[in-house]
Amino acid sequence: MGCGTSSSTKDRKSEKALKAALVIQNWYRGYSARLKARQRYALTIFQSIEYADEQGQLQLSNFFSFMLENYTQIHEKDPELVARLFGRTLQDSKDRQEYVSFVDVPDSYNGPRLQFPLTFTDIDLLVEAFKQQQILHAHYVLEVLFETKRVLKQMPNFTQVKTSPTKEITICGDLHGKLDDLFLIFYKNGLPSGSNSYIFNGDFVDRGKHSMEILMILFVSFLVYPNDLHLNRGNHEDFMMNLRYGFTKEILHKYKLHGKKILQILEDVYTWLPIGTIIDNEILVIHGGISESTDLNLLHRIERHKMKSVLMPPISIDEDQDTDLKKTKTGANVVPREGKTNESPSEQLPKHEWEQVIDILWSDPRGKRGCYPNTSRGGGCYFGPDITSKILNKFQLKMLIRSHECKPEGYEICHDGKVVTVFSASNYYEEGSNRGAYIKLCCDMTPRFFQYQVTRATCLRPLYQRVNTMESSAIRILKERMLSRKTDLIRAFQLQDRSKSGKLSMGQWAFSMENTLGLNLPWRSLSPHLVTTDKNGNINYMSTFQDIHIQKPVKEAQSTLIETLYRYRSDLQIIFNVIDSDHSGLISMEEFRAMWKLFNSHYSIHIEDFQVDELAERMDLNKDGSIDFNEFLKAFYVVHKLEKLNKSDANLL
Amino acid sequence: MSLHTELVVAEYHRKIKEAFEVFDHEANNTVDVRIKAGAFLPGLSSGVSREIGTIIRSLGCCPSEGELHDLIAEVEEEEPTGYIRYEKFLPVMTEVLLERRYRPIPEDTLLRAFEVLDSSKRGFLTREELIKYMTEEGEPFSQEEMEEMLSAAVDPESNSIHYKDYIAMMVVDES
Repeated sequence: MGCGTSSSTKDRKSEKALKAALVIQNWYRGYSARLKARQRYALTIFQSIEYADEQGQLQLSNFFSFMLENYTQIHEKDPELVARLFGRTLQDSKDRQEYVSFVDVPDSYNGPRLQFPLTFTDIDLLVEAFKQQQILHAHYVLEVLFETKRVLKQMPNFTQVKTSPTKEITICGDLHGKLDDLFLIFYKNGLPSGSNSYIFNGDFVDRGKHSMEILMILFVSFLVYPNDLHLNRGNHEDFMMNLRYGFTKEILHKYKLHGKKILQILEDVYTWLPIGTIIDNEILVIHGGISESTDLNLLHRIERHKMKSVLMPPISIDEDQDTDLKKTKTGANVVPREGKTNESPSEQLPKHEWEQVIDILWSDPRGKRGCYPNTSRGGGCYFGPDITSKILNKFQLKMLIRSHECKPEGYEICHDGKVVTVFSASNYYEEGSNRGAYIKLCCDMTPRFFQYQVTRATCLRPLYQRVNTMESSAIRILKERMLSRKTDLIRAFQLQDRSKSGKLSMGQWAFSMENTLGLNLPWRSLSPHLVTTDKNGNINYMSTFQDIHIQKPVKEAQSTLIETLYRYRSDLQIIFNVIDSDHSGLISMEEFRAMWKLFNSHYSIHIEDFQVDELAERMDLNKDGSIDFNEFLKAFYVVHKLEKLNKSDANLL
Repeated sequence: MSLHTELVVAEYHRKIKEAFEVFDHEANNTVDVRIKAGAFLPGLSSGVSREIGTIIRSLGCCPSEGELHDLIAEVEEEEPTGYIRYEKFLPVMTEVLLERRYRPIPEDTLLRAFEVLDSSKRGFLTREELIKYMTEEGEPFSQEEMEEMLSAAVDPESNSIHYKDYIAMMVVDES
């Protein structure tokens, strides 16, 4: 029958189409999953290296403690150095007139002009101006900073906020200088106003290129709506962190004449930022997290402005230098007062209070029960769901909202719904690395989450391209890390390679990598990017080092020295920045030597003095007795034979 | 088990562990099938998170959605809590790898599948045609999956999918 045959042909045809569709769908889902896994691996690399860096950062804190403790000896040898390091003259009331009035705004200035007292017009003005890439004049920056400090001083340690059915509140996490994300949030959610409340949960600055602009918009909005725009301090609202993670550099670059003044006031303003916000008496919003000893009642009472920096722990003259958490004595002891430090004991927080603040700013939630030192970051702790329950119950709270950690979806819920992480800097590590998010809350209603992602081009690049970019970026950073530990790695490999064949099994290689680098990464999956394998599946462990090398500034300098310098370059930069108090970018040869020697003895690095001297002398190209240390640091950039250097590397320095 | 198989199994175990750990960001040896709603926030589920499917596929297997569903049922907790424990996942996944189950689609099979859909043998599919097949036949794509595939597959000038080129590009990307 005509009908019959044509319908059976049709059936066969549609059956074939069905099967074909299944094949394509199956293939695609497999491909897409592998793409997402690669993305996840890249993120893991970025995160573990970032936290390892932060750990280094906090170890630096020990270094400064060491210096403070050995104060007298250092002072005798090099009084000027000490004066520079510890003689930070923070007068209580820097005269506002002195700063602001001496900074004139020329008629030729085309940027935004703020009018005090500030109004919502000024917020609009700033937003529009920054969209046009304009820079706010130092005069206005200083005025805003002074005024912000004055108003913040009146605020308690924890801001109390109430929502109502007609008044929701929006909570944003880390922005890290990513202005586009702030603009996107304002675009989707509206500018702050009396009827549109916001909480910004710390880490406004560092890493991104527009930390200043973000800060200005947030501070101006705060000054216009002090009861509706709430700011919490993050671990990056800390002048020491800024020295390392880019904000200091941004300020000095944008404000060549008045940058130093801005930096000085900023240091102060940071310390007056509230520690957290409490919504409707039941939701705690803080930047990092908690520990088992978190005591909100204590935190309400402390003098928060005495918490200067995570790198300036309170000093004590105890014989026993170990940080002993069981000790309850206050750290307010007397420093040997030969020298010039203005940090009198009353200017410090007692040690246990300082630690409470560190916990709030640095801790991370984890699935494992209990409370453990945060070994990745080197400060604060990891807290489990039992700790969350205990602390929330103790202070009659229902939920903790925090930030501090980048999440692929911009937010994450854990600990049975009691802890929410919100992170607002999309593409944090690399384009396509993650979404940003914000939360809208109201009374007893379920929180709502909003996600977004800033895209550079008008149309979003396909996922596979974004993953490729992210992946190559992560691999490059990982290779640099390997390079900085080359000697140790080779030694570890050779220990296992008894037959000196140049080869190791996958298991042996992965073990050496993890142990030497201290990074918990999926080495097996990453191996194709890092090493070559022979046909038996064995690893040629030297192959990593064949396509990259550190371009040496000086031919004869020995590799270990170069490697060591390269590894500690971030730390060195921080210390140099501290010495270079006039931020001129130059330090004298003497200072370089003295600093290196101190560094040497503290970190137990076995580099001979004469080697450092030789290197220093060679770095001083024009023989004028000073080193441009930015050039010095740049001299250690890693050269990949097979890849071109990404220009965004400038951010990392 | 022969020594060889033992070694193979040991390496599989480590590979599976690595893949699991990358997604187990809470470091508590479980992975979400769904995000669990908490007592304080009822109904706070932001959709299904098929992480376990991603893990399985990232290990080189290509189960269909139906096969994936069955596999998850095998490893899920008795009371579906929404979590999958590593201890249960490991032996099942090791079996899958040893038996070489859910082998990936060879390139030429994929090409022939496209050719079947391209009945007039033009060498390409229009955007509408691909959408129709992918979202109406077989195990249909979600909107997100469809958009994702289109973003890479569609040639913006002709607004069509030249499948031969597309396949070639994807194969290069994976190697």
